[in-house]
Formats: sequence, C-alpha cells, structure tokens
Amino acid sequence: MTVESNRTHGLRRCGVALAFALAAAAPLGAQTLNVVMASRLSVLDPVLTTAHQTRNHGYMIYDTLVATDAENKIRPQMASWNVSPDGKSYTFTLRDGLKWHDGAPVKAEDCVASIKRWAQQDKMGRQLMPLVTSMDVLNDKSFRIVMSTPGELMLAAIAKPSGLPLFMMPKRVADSPATKAITDYTGSGPFKFIASEFSPGVKVVYEKNKEYVPRQEPPSGMAGGKVANVDRVQWLSMADTMTAVNALLNNEIDYMETVPFDLMPVVQANDKVTLRAVDKMGNQPMYRFNQLHPPFDNKLIRQAAMYAIGQEDLLKAQVGNPEYYKTCAAVFGCGLQYASNGEADMIVPSNIAKAKELLKAANYDGAPVVILQATDIAMVNAIPVVMAQQLRQAGFKVTLQAMDFMTLVSRRANKEPISNGGWSIFVTAWHMSEIADPLRNYGVSASGDKAWFGWATAPQVESLREEFLMAPTEEKRKSIAEQLQKSMLQEGVTVPLGQIITASAYRKVLTGVLDTPAPIFWNIKKTGK
Amino acid sequence: MLSYIGRRILATIPVVLTVAILVFALLRLTPGDPALIIAGDSATPSQLAEIREHMGIGKPIPVQFLLWAGQVARGDLGVSLHSRTPVVQMISGRIGPTLALATSTILLSTLIAIPLGVFAAWHRGTKVDRAIMAFSVLGFSVPIFVTGYALILLFAIKFAWVPVQGYKQLADGFWPFAQHLILPTLALSTGFVALIARITRSSILEVMGEDYIRTARAKGIKEHAVMLSHALRNSAVPIITILGISIALLISGVVVTESVFNLPGLGRLVVESVLARDYPLIQGLILLFSMVYIGVNLTIDVLYVVFDPRIRY
Repeated sequence: MTVESNRTHGLRRCGVALAFALAAAAPLGAQTLNVVMASRLSVLDPVLTTAHQTRNHGYMIYDTLVATDAENKIRPQMASWNVSPDGKSYTFTLRDGLKWHDGAPVKAEDCVASIKRWAQQDKMGRQLMPLVTSMDVLNDKSFRIVMSTPGELMLAAIAKPSGLPLFMMPKRVADSPATKAITDYTGSGPFKFIASEFSPGVKVVYEKNKEYVPRQEPPSGMAGGKVANVDRVQWLSMADTMTAVNALLNNEIDYMETVPFDLMPVVQANDKVTLRAVDKMGNQPMYRFNQLHPPFDNKLIRQAAMYAIGQEDLLKAQVGNPEYYKTCAAVFGCGLQYASNGEADMIVPSNIAKAKELLKAANYDGAPVVILQATDIAMVNAIPVVMAQQLRQAGFKVTLQAMDFMTLVSRRANKEPISNGGWSIFVTAWHMSEIADPLRNYGVSASGDKAWFGWATAPQVESLREEFLMAPTEEKRKSIAEQLQKSMLQEGVTVPLGQIITASAYRKVLTGVLDTPAPIFWNIKKTGK
Repeated sequence: MLSYIGRRILATIPVVLTVAILVFALLRLTPGDPALIIAGDSATPSQLAEIREHMGIGKPIPVQFLLWAGQVARGDLGVSLHSRTPVVQMISGRIGPTLALATSTILLSTLIAIPLGVFAAWHRGTKVDRAIMAFSVLGFSVPIFVTGYALILLFAIKFAWVPVQGYKQLADGFWPFAQHLILPTLALSTGFVALIARITRSSILEVMGEDYIRTARAKGIKEHAVMLSHALRNSAVPIITILGISIALLISGVVVTESVFNLPGLGRLVVESVLARDYPLIQGLILLFSMVYIGVNLTIDVLYVVFDPRIRY
C-alpha cells in the first residue's frame, strides 16, 4: 500500500486548509509555485557572491545579454551580436521591447555599466578586461566591445551560466561599487522580486513580470523564450531535507531543487512525484594540497597521495547510486569542451602499491596530513572520510578534522604549518560550468603565494593559462587545455574527483520543467493542485 | 514586595553586561570570516578588505565593540551582515512562531504533567504509578527529532490530519494556526511532560510525610483535598523551579523542533546566523535569550515568595 492511497481524505482537508492559507497570502486566483531550493538566499547582489542561490535569484529577476542553450552553444538573449572580420570587435544590439521592472527602457549604457561592474568581480572578466581596448555605447540600442585579441572567450565569459553570470542592471544600480551590496533590485527578467515579502531564511517571493517580452524561439537551456506561466513563485527555506521531502510527498510544495541521495528511494516510490536530473552537467568534486608545508611540499609525495586516492570508492561513499556519479580524470569537466584524459591512471583508480613505492622514493618521514572535512556540504561531506582511509593504507599519517563550511573557509586561508592550525588537503565541489575552461577554473592557479588556497607553484601551469587566453583559435586552445591537464596533475595542483549529478523532484502537476544547469522557473506550467 | 523586585532587577544589569561582553568576545574568537563567504573564491585581498569595510568588520575589535554597545544602548541591534536587514526587524519577524510554540508547549506540558505527577504520587507503588514513570523515562530519553518524525509519519503522512510543516499566523485563522502547531507542540512537550511529572511526583511524595498532612488527614479532610490544597501547594517551589528551567530548556528545544517542522522561528534563525557568522544577528539573539532567561529567573524568584512567604533574600 502506498502512502498516497492512505491519505486521500486527509489530503483533501489539508488541501482546503492550504488553499485558505494561500488565498490569504496571494492575490485571489493567483497561481503559485511553492519551491524548496537547495540553500537559503541571503545575499541579493549577484555580483557580490558566487553563491548558487544568489545566482538563481539573479535568473529570476534579471536577464542576460546572451545565454547558453541545451547544447551549451551561445545564443542571443537580450542582444544579438555581430563580429568584425578580424574577430576582435563585437557589436551588440538590444532586441525590441526590453523594459526594466519600473517601466523604463533598457538601454545600451545600462549594459555597459553592468559589464564593467561584473568584470571587477568575475574571475574570467578580470582576466579578459585587460584585453578590452574599448567598450563604447553607439546608441540607445547598441554598444561595441573591441579587444586586442579575437573575442570568443569574452563571449564565453558573458554567456556562462554559473560562477558569476553576467546579469543586466539599470545603470544607476550598476554604477555602485562592485564590493558594496546593491539595495535596488530592479531587473528586466521574467519575474519581479517582491521585497516587502522577503523574509531571509524563510521565504522569497517573485511575481510574474507581465511586461516581459520573451524571445520567440522555444526555450533551450538558459536561452530562448522565457515565458512565465505562473503568477507567483515562492522559495521556501527548509532547514531539514527530510521535512522538505515529506512536504513534497504531502502536496505542500511543488518542487524541490535537490533531493539528498539517501532520500531518493522515498521520493521514487511516490507515483505523483517526478525525480530526475534537471541539471545534466552536474558537479565536480575536487581537492587541493597545501604545498607550502610538508608533506605536500614534495611533488613525489603529492603524486603518492594521488595514486592512493581512488575516485570510485570516494564517489560510492558520497553518492551510492552509480546513476548519479561518474569517474573521470578531466580537470575541465567530464565530457565538456576542453575535457581530456591525461594522467588518468594517477587519479582515477586507487593504486596503493604505487603510492607506497613513491612514498619510499620520497623518504616520507611520517609528517602528519590534516584533511579538512566540511560536514555541512552535502556534495562532498563523505569524501574526506574515505580519502583519509585510502591515504592511511598507503602509509600516510592522517588526521581528519570535521567542521562546518564557514570554519573550513577560514581554516583553508591559513598559511601556517599544521602545528599552528594549518592544513594539508581540503575538498570542495564546483558546478561543471564553473570549471569548464582554464580561465574560469579556480584550480588552474599555481603562482605560489598568490595562488588560490594551497598555494601551488608551477610556472608552466601559469604560462599555459596565459597562452590559452591569447590563443587565436579554438584548436589551439584545446591543445593547450590538454597540456594543462597533464601539467596540473603531474604537479598535483588541483585534483578532480569525477562527476556528481544531483536530482530534482517535482509534483506531476508541473509540466515544462527544463533541463538547465541552474534551476529556472519560466516555462513551468501548473495544472491542478 | 516592590523594593524586592526592584533589587532583583538591578541585580540583573551586571549579568546582562557580562553576557554582552562574553558574546561579543566569543564570536570574534570563533574561526570564520563572513566576508570570505560573501565574496566567494573570486575575491582578491583588496576586494575582501573593501567588503569587510562595507560590512563594518574591518575595524579593530575594541572599536567594533564600542560601536555595537553604543547602538544597543539606543535600541539598535545593528544590521544583518548578509541580508542587510535590521536585526530588530529580523527578530521581530521570527519571534511569533517561537512564542506560539513555547507558550503552547509550556501550557500543554503543565496541564498534563502536574495532574500526571499528582496522580502518580497519589497511587504510589501501583501499576499506574509505574506506568506513568515508565512513560516519563521514555519521554525524557527519546530525542525530539525522533518523536517529531514519528508524529509526522503517523499524523501528517499516514492519516493526513495535519500538515507536515510550516506556520500560519493567528491572523490567518485559528484553525490553520493551531493545525500547524499541533505536531511541534506534541513533539516538544514530550520531554517536558516527563520532566515536570517526575518532579511533581517526587515533591508531593516528600511533603506527604510532613506533620501537617497527617494533621489534615486526622481532621477528616478528604484525600483529594489533602492532595490538592495541602500537598500540591507546599510542593509548588520545586515545581515552579522546574517550570522555569523548562522555559530555559525550551530555547534549545525549539532549535530542533523548528527545523523538523519548518517553523520560521528564532531557533532556526540562531542556527542560520551562527553558520553564516552573522555577528550582529547572533549578538542580538543571544542578548534576547539572555533577557528571557533573566526574566524567567526573576519571575521564579517572585513566585517563590508568593507561594512560600517564609522565603526571604
């Protein structure tokens, strides 16, 4: 007997109560989508933080100049573009009917101001801006970006769906300092943010932007026509995922962004709920060594650790269901544009014998290894436990230190030795679209003291990244990415741990849920309750 | 009596100040930098410094303390580092569910536990007494989240009598309000019923051996009257004490209960603010909880005197 069949009568009563409650909160007759997102929205400025929830908020209320479709191809969104024959000059032309939520028309000067603010914070933007020789407003509807090299990477940067996506804001907002949070949330996207109903940690409310003029093409990925079919979208925060699953099964919510792996069987057993991977790209777990102190200041010892750590056991412990993970060596994302398989034998299987051999050759003296484990990050919290055991099997002396993510963020910034609160390895995860090329991938950072946490020193990695930035053709970029893959792993700069796919769940009364790398709520229709 | 209350209030001031200083110092000693979380991995050191400046956490700690203390003295608890919403507004927006849950829990616990304790004492050594005490041990031993999930499974998922989660204000109607509070109240009350019932029973049994109880019985007063008018009243001090402790314990209980039943109250706000290292919000919340503790203690002190005029400080 299913849970559903037992509670029809009660559900009806509950539904009546819910209907009364919703009627009190929303305009009469408004169709509301009740959603539980993977995390709470706390920062509302999409330029200030790379937090996914802030990015998702951005997609609700802002629009993008260009966007990636379901095949990861770049498509026009607010603007179409023309490229000069030498590939260095990009002229963007805004489409008709674009308006801010306050009714003012979207102008080219708004777009230029938005790009400038975004480029101060975005990793790709910061690397590309020195190559921009001019960025000029031509008239109200068009502007031009001229670069010293062909501008394909600039287009890729402004189209990327995650990290810091480039959202368009009115000039008066975009002129704010990039490090100071904005307080005016006027966008031009398919939904409007209802500030008066925003309760941090409880509820975020969006209403359909009735003035929004969608593109005519069908939606595809983050591109195409963004048609809002529901009047309101409410993001409800739920601290406990079990509660969120129960609420979904009990018809109290419509959509749950991420279902924990251990609760998937409960959701799958319910015939009124769909469980599926909406985000096909998924995430890349990865780890970095601290290369300032022993034992991982020694390249051979880093390689020994990489041989000892095998992806399959880690991913099995973290995810369990093999449908939702994949082993792969690609630093730039499994199956993506710049993926390659160099040095896979070092990082995919666990080879304890080889690890022991390397440790012996390196004269490892039993220097302690401290692994930082963020217990509140559901994507990677189990990985360090298995990793520690694999390293112990190879002969490392390992201590696992459990902490919340906030503490980890502070601890990993500590450059002191272990005796002074330092560390040896930390594990984190990125959305695939955030590591898909050497410019946006934080792991491609090996400039010693100035590098990303771990402070790797590998001049060839830095120079290859520079070459990638200046490469004139896509073929050349692919070749450089392959070399980078090998250099990165030989030096142990950043080590990928395959791919993890997450699944969303939604009531079957919803149709039109698109496959996208970030959760979006246009195109979704709700029929019935 | 008024001067006694006045003296008790004055005695609380140094306690509040000590709590404020401790909270401020402890938070700064805890690892974690909110600017790092907000900025993410893309920030350069200079941008991080700018963000800290904008957030007001780039200043020296003594300066931060003085600024904060000055604000508090003006009734301003500052602004949340993350949402940029005034702390007072955030707390007032979240206090309703916690207040409702705490009130319903204390009421339900008291209404059930005291009669249960009296009944157990009255039937000391019988099966009824043993059953009540067995329930008491169980209620006190089972964690709130286990009770909560069991109640959800039975009454929300299986019978669908009440919703799984959420909160409705009283303004939305009494039934929706009550419907959303039934399960959390039951889950949270279980432990308190057990605790208060045990204390009530043992307190009553203690006074049952007193001379005045024997005198009352010798005067021919009926047993239930002896129990309620003589034994219970004279057992009030430990019962009031445990009620006070229960109110204090509720604050930790609501954290779990609000998470399990998704009540947007102060318990969840505490967890969220600590995980985000939202200093002004944490400070505001701890100050509020300290005031509640102090207020409860003060009330208990006053009630002691009301119930037992022999007590003097």
